[in-house]
Amino acid sequence: MTHSSPRGALFIKSVVLLIGALLLFAPFLFQETRSLEVAARICIFVVLVASYDLLIGYTGIVSFAHTMFFGFGAYGAAIALKQMGPGWDAVLVGVLAGLAVSIVVAIAIGLLSLRVKAIFFAMITLAAASVVLVLASQLSDLTGGEDGITYKAPQVFKTANKLMVDDAGKVARVFGVKLNGKLAAYYFVFTSCLVLFILCLRMVASPLGTVLKAIRENEARAEAIGYRVVAYRTFVFCIAAVAASLAGSIYAIWLKYTGPDTALSFTIMIDILLMVVIGGMGTMYGAVIGAVLLVLAQYYLRDLMGAASDALHGIPLLPELFEPDRWLLWLGIIFILLVYFFPKGIAGTIWDKGARS
Amino acid sequence: MSLLSLNQMKTSIGQYHVLHDVTFEVPEGGVFVLLGRNGAGKTTTLRSIMGLWKPSPGSVHFKGEEISGLHASDIARKGIAFVPENMGVFGGLTVEENLVLATANGKFDAQRLKRIYQLFPALEQFWTKQAWSLSGGQKQMLAVARAIIEPRELILIDEPTKGLAPSIIDGMAEAFAEIGQSTTILLVEQNFNFAKRLGRGMAVIDDGHIAHTGSMADFAADTTLQEQLLSLSS
Repeated sequence: MTHSSPRGALFIKSVVLLIGALLLFAPFLFQETRSLEVAARICIFVVLVASYDLLIGYTGIVSFAHTMFFGFGAYGAAIALKQMGPGWDAVLVGVLAGLAVSIVVAIAIGLLSLRVKAIFFAMITLAAASVVLVLASQLSDLTGGEDGITYKAPQVFKTANKLMVDDAGKVARVFGVKLNGKLAAYYFVFTSCLVLFILCLRMVASPLGTVLKAIRENEARAEAIGYRVVAYRTFVFCIAAVAASLAGSIYAIWLKYTGPDTALSFTIMIDILLMVVIGGMGTMYGAVIGAVLLVLAQYYLRDLMGAASDALHGIPLLPELFEPDRWLLWLGIIFILLVYFFPKGIAGTIWDKGARS
Repeated sequence: MSLLSLNQMKTSIGQYHVLHDVTFEVPEGGVFVLLGRNGAGKTTTLRSIMGLWKPSPGSVHFKGEEISGLHASDIARKGIAFVPENMGVFGGLTVEENLVLATANGKFDAQRLKRIYQLFPALEQFWTKQAWSLSGGQKQMLAVARAIIEPRELILIDEPTKGLAPSIIDGMAEAFAEIGQSTTILLVEQNFNFAKRLGRGMAVIDDGHIAHTGSMADFAADTTLQEQLLSLSS
């Protein structure tokens, strides 16, 4: 990421701040259930993509196992909440269990595999992720198999929980929004994700971030200065795994359901890759932009196309072209256009253009 | 005792045997020059000393200690710095970040930094610029500055004049002469005029073998030997 780029950097930071403000006030600005789901998903994916950017963008590590660590965190929290009941002790045990498994697996994969060439490492992570996906489906007594696990979140996050009551004893409202457990759950997700994202930002701005960028640029040169590249790569792989695992646990608490599709599927991995490419690799702020654009497209592109199709009724061909069922085709076209016009991702390209103008 | 000693060092890259028998000693202090034609094995020698290629068999001793089996990062921590050819800087990092990377604890020694500014004033001017935006000469200055930002006992420098303008080369020679007063430099160079200005001792490598070692003054005076070993004509 360019450092001497006041205009581009300022613009990107302003956009990210605006997105942060919209997410902060999302429950009050967009008062429907789906909007809150979208906002929470964006928060989770910002952390997932930012932690993946630590790998691919800052250190040059291509891994397909990021969802595996996300899954460890999600299943850790889910299994603990299912087995121990909906208490904070279960959350703590689940989060720690997910973290422990993630760290052990990350160290094992890192030390065994980060010496090999990038393509072989990518294949090893793909194989590991596939094994875990199969295991999650087959160990049905523990994981619920293909059906997944449904459980209850801690009492404070129950929709029926009244955070504040009015004079009539009903749940209090602020700007028409009920101060209930759902709101508490959203702010739990938002705050946790904000803290994790800021930690990722701090990390890349620290001397460690400079070393990671040097390793990405030229491993041999970094070694010759005195940096043990395998150790640094393993360390950052563990840090990314920890962040993904925590994001998984947070998502599990929010959804109150964990299954292969929501926690381990390769579709999530592809989403993360798309988000990091669209946002801009090695920018960190790109994680926010990429996550927002793709999640919004996934939730609202169909609706938008439906509206366009209705509006174009009577014109030959166009209504069929904008048929909502063709949303994936349009998502693909949008992606190609974004890559064409923003070759370094949205944040990366604008940042660099700002530096040169 | 010599600072660096190479004894029958052999290095293979893949199926190619690049160094067959490299034996020479670098005394402490001053500039020692390794000369040779293109493809003779000069860069491979430096990379083998640095641990970036693994020499096998043979040995490399630094201050009497065997270092040939060590990892490159461990060799660097023993006090050997490497300035690779083609201005080996990190283009995506600023001048400051490039130098911070080479410090022991992420902090600059004020005296050393002042010395670097005196040797290479352009680096102070472009302190916050990214290294890719520097000129070729400035990149080379940065690469050398990175090698001396911490106290080093030996600096391996690979063809620092490659592609540089004559005026920059003169400045570089002055800087190396000054650095050589306090640190030993093993310089790989094809530009013989540059090398003979600086070198105290020298060796010539040819086809992976050391073909000659001696003092630079003697070699510079022997045009027949230069013609024979380097195909130089006076």
